[in-house]
Amino acid sequence: MEDERSETTQTCGVTRRVVLASGAGAAAASILPLEQRAQAQQQFARAETGQTVQVSANVNGRPVILEIDSRASLLDLLRERRELTGTKKGCDHGQCGACTVHLDGRPVSSCLTLAAKIDGRQVTTIEGLAEGADLHPMQQAFIDNDALQCGYCTPGQIMSAVACVTGGHATSPDAIREFMSGNICRCGAYVGILAAVQQAAKVMEG
Amino acid sequence: MRALSYTVAPSAEAAVARFAAAQGSARYIAGGTNLYDLMKLGIEHPAHLIDVSRIDGMDAIETDGDILRFGGRALMTDVAYTPVVRDQYPVLSESLLKAASQQLRNMATVGGNLLQRTRCMYFRNGAGSTSMVGVYPCNKREPGSGCSAIGGLDRTHAVLGTSEACTAVAPGDWPVALMAMDATIEMLGPEGPRNLPIAEFYRLPGDTPHREFNLHPGELVTAITVRKTPAGRASTYHKIRDRESYAFALASAAVALEMDGATVRTARIALGGVATTPWRSRAAEAIVTGSPLTPELALRAGRAAFADARGGQHNAFKIELGARVIADALIIAAERRA
Repeated sequence: MEDERSETTQTCGVTRRVVLASGAGAAAASILPLEQRAQAQQQFARAETGQTVQVSANVNGRPVILEIDSRASLLDLLRERRELTGTKKGCDHGQCGACTVHLDGRPVSSCLTLAAKIDGRQVTTIEGLAEGADLHPMQQAFIDNDALQCGYCTPGQIMSAVACVTGGHATSPDAIREFMSGNICRCGAYVGILAAVQQAAKVMEG
Repeated sequence: MRALSYTVAPSAEAAVARFAAAQGSARYIAGGTNLYDLMKLGIEHPAHLIDVSRIDGMDAIETDGDILRFGGRALMTDVAYTPVVRDQYPVLSESLLKAASQQLRNMATVGGNLLQRTRCMYFRNGAGSTSMVGVYPCNKREPGSGCSAIGGLDRTHAVLGTSEACTAVAPGDWPVALMAMDATIEMLGPEGPRNLPIAEFYRLPGDTPHREFNLHPGELVTAITVRKTPAGRASTYHKIRDRESYAFALASAAVALEMDGATVRTARIALGGVATTPWRSRAAEAIVTGSPLTPELALRAGRAAFADARGGQHNAFKIELGARVIADALIIAAERRA
C-alpha cells in the first residue's frame, strides 16, 4: 500500500495536503488544473496583513530570509511559509508540546515563540533530524518500540526526546518521564515512548 | 490580535525610552510564554512589542560575592541548573524546575516569570466575543465588571488574601521561593533605577485586582538578587498538583531552615497555589522557630498559616492540603541540613 501511494503521488505531483489546502482555498481558482490551483492557494496564504518584519534565520541547515507578519508564531512560519508541516499545532498555547522544535539547539514551544524572535538563530524541526535516508536513532527507536498510535504528538515527542538524551537527562525512567512531561500523548503511548528514549540513549551515547 | 510593531532593544535604557515613546501601547517581551499567550486569548493588545531578550549582559548569573544575582532575561533553565543554585539553594532550583515544561523553561525568563498572570479560567477564557465585558465578567480583565469565580467554579482559586472583587490565585512558583528567600527586585524605569524587596512587589487584589504589581508604568525588571544564607541548603520547594508533573500548584510551600541539631533556629516559609499573591507566613515561621522539629509541630505550623483562610464553593480542601504541604516541606528541608 505504502509503495502504491507514493507512486500515485509522484505520478500526478499532488499530495493529500495540497488537495486539502486547495479545497479550503480560493474558489476563483477552481477552474484551474489541480497543481496550479494549489499554487494559487499558496500565494493566497502568503498575503501578509498587519505590519511586517524581516527575519533571516537558519532552518534545518538552510538559510531562510522571509518578510513575515510581526504577530506570527514560529509554528505558523514553519508550517505556512516553509511547508515544514511535520511540526504540529496541538493546543497553540504551550500546553501540549506537539509544536516542539529546537531553537539554537534547545527545545522550545514554537506556538509561543514569536517568529520575529528567530532572527539570526538556528531552528531544527523534525524534518531536520534524519541524515539523508538515514533516520535519527530516536526516530528509529520510536518505530522499533511502537511509541505512537495516531502519531500527531510524535514529532514533538521526538524533538524533546533528542534533547532529553543530549542534555544528559535520560538517567532513569523517572528522570525521562519528568523531562518528557511537557509532551502530552492523547493515545497514551507513554510506555513505548519511555522504551524508545532508553533505546536511543544507548545508541546516541555510544 | 491587533497589528503591531516589533523591535529589538539593544539596551535596557533604549527599551525604557521606546516604551515611554509608545505612550502606554507598548509591552516588553522576553520569552513571551505568558504575554503572547494572553495576546492570543484577546486579553493583551499591545501595539508595540519591545524585545528585551537580547539585551547585552541582562542574562548574567552572578554567584561569586555575598549575593546571588540573576539578570532579568536569564532563562529559567539556566538559573535552575547553575551549580551554586542547584546545590546550595534547592528551594530556588526546584521552584524553577517544577514551574514549567523544559520547553517553556528554555523560553521564559526569571524576570518575566515574576509578572506571570493568573490561570483563573474566567480571566483567561472570557475575553472578547459579544461585549467589552466578554463571555464572563472579570474584575481583573475588565475592572468593575464583576467576578465569575466567586460562587462559580473556584476549585483552583485562592483561600488567602482574597477580596469581594477577586479570588484569583497567583500562579507562580519561582516568586514563592524568592519570597521565602527575601529577594530584591531591581528595576529600570523612566525615573531611573529602583530596588524593591519582593515582599513589596505584589499587591493584594482589594478592590483593584487589575493592579497586580507595584511596578510603575514603563519599568523593566533588570535583575533579581538573593542574599546568600546558610538557610539555602536546608530548603525545598514542595509542590502538589493534579498530576505528577507539568501543572500549576494546588498548594505549594517554599521552606528554608537554619538548624541547631534538631532545633529550628530560623525558618522561612512561603506558600503558592493558595493565595492571591506569593504568600509569606510569619505565623507558621513563629511556631517552629526555637523548637525541635517534629511532625506534629510541623503540622501545627502548617495549620497556623491557614488560620485566616476562607474557602469558597469548591476550594476549601486547599486549607487542609496546604497545611500538610507545609508540614511535609518542613520535614524535607530539615532532612537536608548539613
